[in-house]
Amino acid sequence: MEIIESITIKGGIDKKGMPELLQEITVTRGEIIGIVGPTGSGKSQLISDIEQIAQKDTSTQRKILINEKVPGEAERNDPRKKMVAQLSQNMNFFADMAVFDFLSLHARCRNKTGVDIDEIIFLANQLTGEPIHKTDNLTILSGGQTRALMVADVAVISSSPIVLIDEIENAGIKKHRALELLSGQGKIILVVTHDPVLALSSDKRIIMQCGGMRDLIESTSQEKLVAQQLNRIDHEILALREKVRQGKMIEYIETELLGSCFNSACYL
Amino acid sequence: MKLTIFAGTPGAGKTAVLLHMLKTLIRQGVRPSIVKIDCLYTDDHERFSQCNIPVLLGLSKDMCPDHFSIYNTEEMISFAEKNNSDYLIVETAGLCHRCAPYTENCVGVCVTDATSGPNNPMKTGPFLSCADIVVVTKGDMISQAEREIFRERVLESNPQCKIVDANGLSGQGCAELAQLIGDNKKEVTRHEQLRHNAPFSVCTLCAGEKRVNRNFHRGLLRNMNGFQEYVGE
Repeated sequence: MEIIESITIKGGIDKKGMPELLQEITVTRGEIIGIVGPTGSGKSQLISDIEQIAQKDTSTQRKILINEKVPGEAERNDPRKKMVAQLSQNMNFFADMAVFDFLSLHARCRNKTGVDIDEIIFLANQLTGEPIHKTDNLTILSGGQTRALMVADVAVISSSPIVLIDEIENAGIKKHRALELLSGQGKIILVVTHDPVLALSSDKRIIMQCGGMRDLIESTSQEKLVAQQLNRIDHEILALREKVRQGKMIEYIETELLGSCFNSACYL
Repeated sequence: MKLTIFAGTPGAGKTAVLLHMLKTLIRQGVRPSIVKIDCLYTDDHERFSQCNIPVLLGLSKDMCPDHFSIYNTEEMISFAEKNNSDYLIVETAGLCHRCAPYTENCVGVCVTDATSGPNNPMKTGPFLSCADIVVVTKGDMISQAEREIFRERVLESNPQCKIVDANGLSGQGCAELAQLIGDNKKEVTRHEQLRHNAPFSVCTLCAGEKRVNRNFHRGLLRNMNGFQEYVGE
């Protein structure tokens, strides 16, 4: 497979039919791009356009180029040649089959030989609470278990040079570990997110509005610093979440992380 | 004239896909006629009429809906010819997974719902396996992995078909479908034959029998254990 150096999004129209303010964005190998904006602003549609490598044939009329060229029909449709892996927002499976059978079948569709299915289930179980068993039927899995399995499936079976991630912070799975699994050296990663930690950690972020790409912001070094601070707070909150989940009492928290905010605002 | 026959399970999105595709065809200057077949009730013909094209409605009522559309094919062709159409598009009610309404020289389009699960393409039978084009709808509701498995299963059932991923709400994929239908150069004749035989429908139920006891049934009968026999004259 040809090495993917860049992906270009040629702007189309927004929900009102007006040309998008951003008319062209190129993302290069190794970059992580955030996609942010209010709900309904077209974030998921943007990554769906990329997944399908749209050629002005979707509602947004965007055009997607890979290495500055229009990819062939097989690269767009044949899962064996696909260059894009997508983790969508779906929280459930419709397929009425066992976890093991599903993953084996998907590996065959993607022509991945020698995939260790047990390893994928093991990875999924690192992201979720109660473990998934390989004999479980897909349709009985919880939202979080489903998401965890989808992450592990995308990371191993759909492993592709372009990775699209839609709201990984959803469903209560361990998002840092999930993101780590999905990202890899030299990949192009686009992350739809409402989470400031993820948004500020990305290299750039696309701002969406009314179905169109409005702006592209490059994260400053100051922002990266803020992202690190937020990350510490985030870990603290996630640790608390685990305690709540385990049925523990929380009657005290470390105040130094929260600093003056805790002392002034929280006692109001 | 080009004959296009749409078949698919109820709720798969045949009408929605067809309405979007019609807009593309009309923009290209094509003059289509539409025939809508249903069993008991439909108001879809009114939605088609809003496109300002000739629409004929057929309700099969007591007749098997596929048999009804097959039986009335000539009349539909005459209707389209009278309206000087270059495309006749028939939307069937096709409910039974055992038959397919496609004739030799039509463009057979099967519309199937990706949320129906990856075993569905094998269950769907001849109206998927004999189609020229398989339109997969509702793919946006499932994960990429399930979409890929569904696609694989469609190709296992029908290795020759073209697959179009379509969205009946946004119309995505419907222009591509119009293009594929346009690329198919087959012309309908007055001597059409079905691509696939229907079940041997010599059946007491067809004659109105309501009693379920097996003493009351004649025709080609098949037992649960697979034993099959013909009972009758």
